[in-house]
Amino acid sequence: MANIKELSSRPESLAPGHRLCGGCGASIAVRQVLMAADRDKYDVVASNATGCLEVSTSIFPYTAWEIPWIHNAFANAGATCSGIEAAYKGLKRAGKIPADKKIKFVAFGGDGGTYDIGLQSLSGAMERGHDMVYVCYDNGAYMNTGIQRSSATPKGAWATTSEVGKVGKGKPEVRKDLTSIMAAHGIKYVAQSTVGHWRDLTMKAEKAFNVDGPAFLNVLAPCPRGWRIPSDMTTEICRMAVNSKFWPLFEVEDGVWHVTPVREKNAISLEEFLKPQGRFKHLFKPGAEDLLQEMKDDVDAYWAYLMGRVEGSKNL
Amino acid sequence: MTSQHFSANGNGMIADAMRQVDPDVMAAYPITPQTTIVEAYAKFVADGKVHTEYVPVESEHSALSACIGASAAGARVATATSSQGLAYMWEELPIAAGMRCPIVMANANRAISAPINIHGDHSDSMSARDTGWLMFYAETAQEAYDNTIIAFKCAEDENILLPAMVCLDGFVTTHAMERCVLEDDSTVKYYVGEYEPLYPLLDTEHPVSHGMYANIGDMYMRHHLTTRRVLEGAAPIIEKHGKEWEKLTGRPFELVDAWGCEDADHIIVVVGSAAGNARHAARILREQGRKVGVVRPRVYRPFPAQQVVDACKGAKAVAVLNRSDAPGAQHGPVCEDVMSAFYTAGLNIPVNDYIVGLGGADISLDLMVQVYDELEQRVAGEYTTDIAYLGIEE
Repeated sequence: MANIKELSSRPESLAPGHRLCGGCGASIAVRQVLMAADRDKYDVVASNATGCLEVSTSIFPYTAWEIPWIHNAFANAGATCSGIEAAYKGLKRAGKIPADKKIKFVAFGGDGGTYDIGLQSLSGAMERGHDMVYVCYDNGAYMNTGIQRSSATPKGAWATTSEVGKVGKGKPEVRKDLTSIMAAHGIKYVAQSTVGHWRDLTMKAEKAFNVDGPAFLNVLAPCPRGWRIPSDMTTEICRMAVNSKFWPLFEVEDGVWHVTPVREKNAISLEEFLKPQGRFKHLFKPGAEDLLQEMKDDVDAYWAYLMGRVEGSKNL
Repeated sequence: MTSQHFSANGNGMIADAMRQVDPDVMAAYPITPQTTIVEAYAKFVADGKVHTEYVPVESEHSALSACIGASAAGARVATATSSQGLAYMWEELPIAAGMRCPIVMANANRAISAPINIHGDHSDSMSARDTGWLMFYAETAQEAYDNTIIAFKCAEDENILLPAMVCLDGFVTTHAMERCVLEDDSTVKYYVGEYEPLYPLLDTEHPVSHGMYANIGDMYMRHHLTTRRVLEGAAPIIEKHGKEWEKLTGRPFELVDAWGCEDADHIIVVVGSAAGNARHAARILREQGRKVGVVRPRVYRPFPAQQVVDACKGAKAVAVLNRSDAPGAQHGPVCEDVMSAFYTAGLNIPVNDYIVGLGGADISLDLMVQVYDELEQRVAGEYTTDIAYLGIEE
């Protein structure tokens, strides 16, 4: 794995001057993932689903992308990327691309474009075995259109379509476990990380790029606007998400599950993770105790589920 | 140059045309009545007859999405669809055009739900006529073949660079056997030549961004102006490429096929396979001394307005047969295009508008004769209906 000195010497793929908000997790995810690509060995071509990242980095006639980049639509970053990869294979077979030229393909989508509207397209691309890394930058809602709930929005979170009021207490449903769904595709590499864990993320991204075939990364990428946190808290809240076990760091390599344990000295309660975020503030008012308890139970149950996965796959 | 005469259907001919062109990528999803195109192509892939990377996608939305990615990457790309599939990929149609991806797509024309119906009509492609694609409509299996090959040449022409839809009528043309001519592979390859993409994504030495956000000032509008001007200027380019194919094959190419129009008083304008019956009825009526003609746009986008006007300008009345409806509009889609062409050219010919053959309903010789009769009645002031469902009792 590349060390931080090597990483820092690699070419920037996303130029400064893009219009993403201060503290946005998406640009950090892109930079860290692309930094992990060993550009001495291969070039990288990126696809991008419609979303904050896309609109803020490609305002015509300017582009922040230093590598070949395409945006097609919202629901189809997976399919679009698979078409590019197919072109690479077809053109190589035709002799129009030199046999020794190596290109890796990466797709970026937010949680709306990945968990929701783009899930079918992603699932198809993974099942077909294209050589590509799909990166979901998960900020837990449709942030580009103004913080509407997605299937990645955590239970209990406020969003503009899962409102808090006299009756409503934010999103009632549990977050979809997309990373497990992707693991269930039987692809070689699936991992979950955050933009606050650069070493973990770049290591996982490097593994994903090294796979010959599809790989998937689910990266927690906070949105200060949507989460109602200060913009200098992005990476810190990521560490709190992991240390409260709200967002476990794990990977599934050739079917073998590995979970990064939370060190006892780092462990915090779920409330400590939720409290700094305005989207959860209603949970700390009287009457929300049951919901809060439910959310804590969910976290424990999910951790237990992951431990079961680790145990069940250890001899594979 | 050699060619092969044999019996084939439209889907088989399109699959063969695509095999001979041998695109770098085909991404497609099966749907009746297009299915036998993708089946045949998958077999060509399995038999090693093509170098194409075949992407068996999980939906039509992904089919065209993958095609757009592949085209932007620099590949020559083909696909095929029909009906609900075309509707499902609709979002991607204007994107393919807006991103100037010269994808060639066969569309086996089929009715749109509801109610569900698998037979031929033009409801699917007529709903897509304003998405910036070149559109060809074949009358026969042979023409489906010829149009497919010509479509690659036109779509990839650097003065066009737009996707092309090659339409053929579901079952009537996709599945019915006809006597066809298959040109030699080398003839087709010579004709279409090598495709040289302009700004391919895979040219990693020269990184470009595709599909950007045109949200400042009038950038979006300027982009659309380009597409308008390209299509406005495309007709002579398409004609040139069609004529080149005519020279190689001996089979005539015209943007608009006009039969008997030089002296015709009454003309039927119709798109697709139904033109065969219209001409057959016209021949019978000609033998009875009636001056009748048939006009069939073979290219529909760009709409060959001048050619339609030239063919119809001497007529006393014109009937337009639409194989799809546009409920709420005054007229069917083909009729609107024809009337707009007439108006722009200053032609004031009475037009009888018909919706015909929806969901594969028969368009019989009797109905064609009825249409010619009603044109005579229109001229005599006895027929005043603006638009009618032909062959249906109301």
